[in-house]
Amino acid sequence: MSILINKDTKVIVQGFTGGEGTFHAEQCMAYGTNIVGGVTPNKGGQEHLGKPVFNTVKEAVEATGATVSMVFVPPAFVADAVMEAADAGIELAVIITEGAPVRDMQAAKAYAVKHGMMTIGPNCPGIITAEECKIGIMPGNIFKKGNVGLISKSGTLTYEGANQVCNEGYGITTAVGIGGDPIIGLSYKQLLPMFEEDPETEAIVMIGEIGGDLEIQAAKFIKENITKPVVAFIAGQTAPKGKRMGHAGAIVSGSAGTAKEKMDALEAAGVKVVVSPAEIGKAVKEVLSK
Amino acid sequence: MNIHEYQAKQIFAQYGVPTPRGIVANTPDEAVKAAEELGGNIWVVKAQIHAGGRGLGGGVKLAKSIDEVRTLADEILGMTLVTHQTGPEGKLVQKVYIEEGADIKDELYLGVVLDRAKEMPVIMASTEGGMEIEKVAEETPEKIVKVAVDPAIGFQGFHGRELVFGLGITDKQEQRKFIDFASKLYKVYMDKDAEMIEINPLIKTGSGDFLALDGKMGFDDSALYRHPELEEMRDISEEDPDEREAAQYGLSYIALDGEIGCMVNGAGLAMGTMDTINYMGGTPANFLDVGGKANAETVAKGFEIILKNPNVKAIFVNIFGGIVRCDRIANGILEATKMVDVNVPVVVRLDGTNAAEAAEILKNANIDNVIPATDLGDGAKKAVEAAKGA
Repeated sequence: MSILINKDTKVIVQGFTGGEGTFHAEQCMAYGTNIVGGVTPNKGGQEHLGKPVFNTVKEAVEATGATVSMVFVPPAFVADAVMEAADAGIELAVIITEGAPVRDMQAAKAYAVKHGMMTIGPNCPGIITAEECKIGIMPGNIFKKGNVGLISKSGTLTYEGANQVCNEGYGITTAVGIGGDPIIGLSYKQLLPMFEEDPETEAIVMIGEIGGDLEIQAAKFIKENITKPVVAFIAGQTAPKGKRMGHAGAIVSGSAGTAKEKMDALEAAGVKVVVSPAEIGKAVKEVLSK
Repeated sequence: MNIHEYQAKQIFAQYGVPTPRGIVANTPDEAVKAAEELGGNIWVVKAQIHAGGRGLGGGVKLAKSIDEVRTLADEILGMTLVTHQTGPEGKLVQKVYIEEGADIKDELYLGVVLDRAKEMPVIMASTEGGMEIEKVAEETPEKIVKVAVDPAIGFQGFHGRELVFGLGITDKQEQRKFIDFASKLYKVYMDKDAEMIEINPLIKTGSGDFLALDGKMGFDDSALYRHPELEEMRDISEEDPDEREAAQYGLSYIALDGEIGCMVNGAGLAMGTMDTINYMGGTPANFLDVGGKANAETVAKGFEIILKNPNVKAIFVNIFGGIVRCDRIANGILEATKMVDVNVPVVVRLDGTNAAEAAEILKNANIDNVIPATDLGDGAKKAVEAAKGA
């Protein structure tokens, strides 16, 4: 079992024929992802990577029955693409694109929610169900099948965490990179209950960072609803105030959004909080051997 | 990107958000000319830097004569202004804004920012103008009125009513004027892809008018491509030259005050690396994310920028290759040692895509001061030891 996606998930790629779209769609297919086609306006009717190209998402959905879209459209057009997916009845859009304007994503997310479409990202590595389905840009080989669910704002910390979990002899059910922009799709609060319900997931790793209060909301939620052990790391304990640490959302403004505030809240919720990401693997081992 | 007060007020003026009249000046002569053009008998001379707290730092002064305008402009231009937002090194003042004096009856606060939890802009207003809003939020949170506006419906009458009743504005004329002010400011926020707008203080004059006495604006960098008019307002002298140079090479760099230079791929892992160095008893000298398109040239540039900092005693290269291929980073390190004099120990941890090839490249190159590390914890530990031994 897993959450959200598995080997049967039918996936289309928006921005299929572009450089990034082509490269990563190919990688995903090699991993085993069931990519059934793609969308590039004015290239409908062509074939790309052995799969059909459509002019619109609507056509693609009608022809292939796809339920998930992987979005590689450039930042200026990404909101349009996401809204098109929602309008066409896509159930989950995984938005890899980096640098989307916040105002655009605000509108796109509101529209997606209204149409019952879930989103992941933008500016994220995507989602992977180990050894079944990869929708994103992560190096698939480090995700061995196992019993740990992973949720992370950071791409490379997703790899770091998964790698440590696997090196300890465990593995991953599903790993989700939720992105670090000010407005994102699915977050801890929506993903945690999915892992709680997934019978194969026995422990959850959540990796957060400074800025915003999603981790604080997650802490409250864990306290009340999550029975499986959770290991957490919050990046940016040493980040100075008022300086943006790479991600558009990773900034401590005033007294809000500090790593300490988040770590304290998670600890109070019974989460095993580690001070360094180098300790994630060991901490997972600890909670799973109890 | 941030802009100066005088630029924010130019934008306000375009949208009919009322401000006092003012003119920007680069020299004392220009300041005098500006004061003469504005007329009247009282002026404010205001230092233009991208930081709050200018008044307390001595960067905002009242002039009661043209002579005084000259003296004050002469004093403020060229001064290094230190405020709670500039850091101890302060900021050099290169421009002053000469503004007509205003008849201040009340000082309020008005701002627009994104509420990340509600996922929509929120207008914040307070009767406690002139104070730091963070302080108000901490000490008397009940004095801040917050009204979230769903962009799907825009600024409606009820948003305005919530604001004025929340602030205790009872005079109908004043209510109308304040609501008009707030709705225009919301429009500025949306139209310009602002990240935040802050007016502190927003004043009520003796005649019951509202004026933006100050103006602070920051913009969403991702949206600047559709705002050439804002890009023109960029003041390069306000940006850190090293951060700017790094950005031109696709590197995200922020200087810190420790001893261990860091070069990492990904913002989260970069922060996590700094945290791990700290945890092992060392201090990070910088944040540096080489991004997803790192190659030999960008890595070499990264070394160059890190080594400009004289406090750096060791460098920790921590790469978890996903899209970034480790062999490219390894070649970058070799390239860097040819282009830059890397005179400190370099601890290298390369994991993920093509890590084995990378290890081979580094081994064959046989560079004295390169210390291989097996994982994040091992690398941080070795970097801390190397910095202590240096």
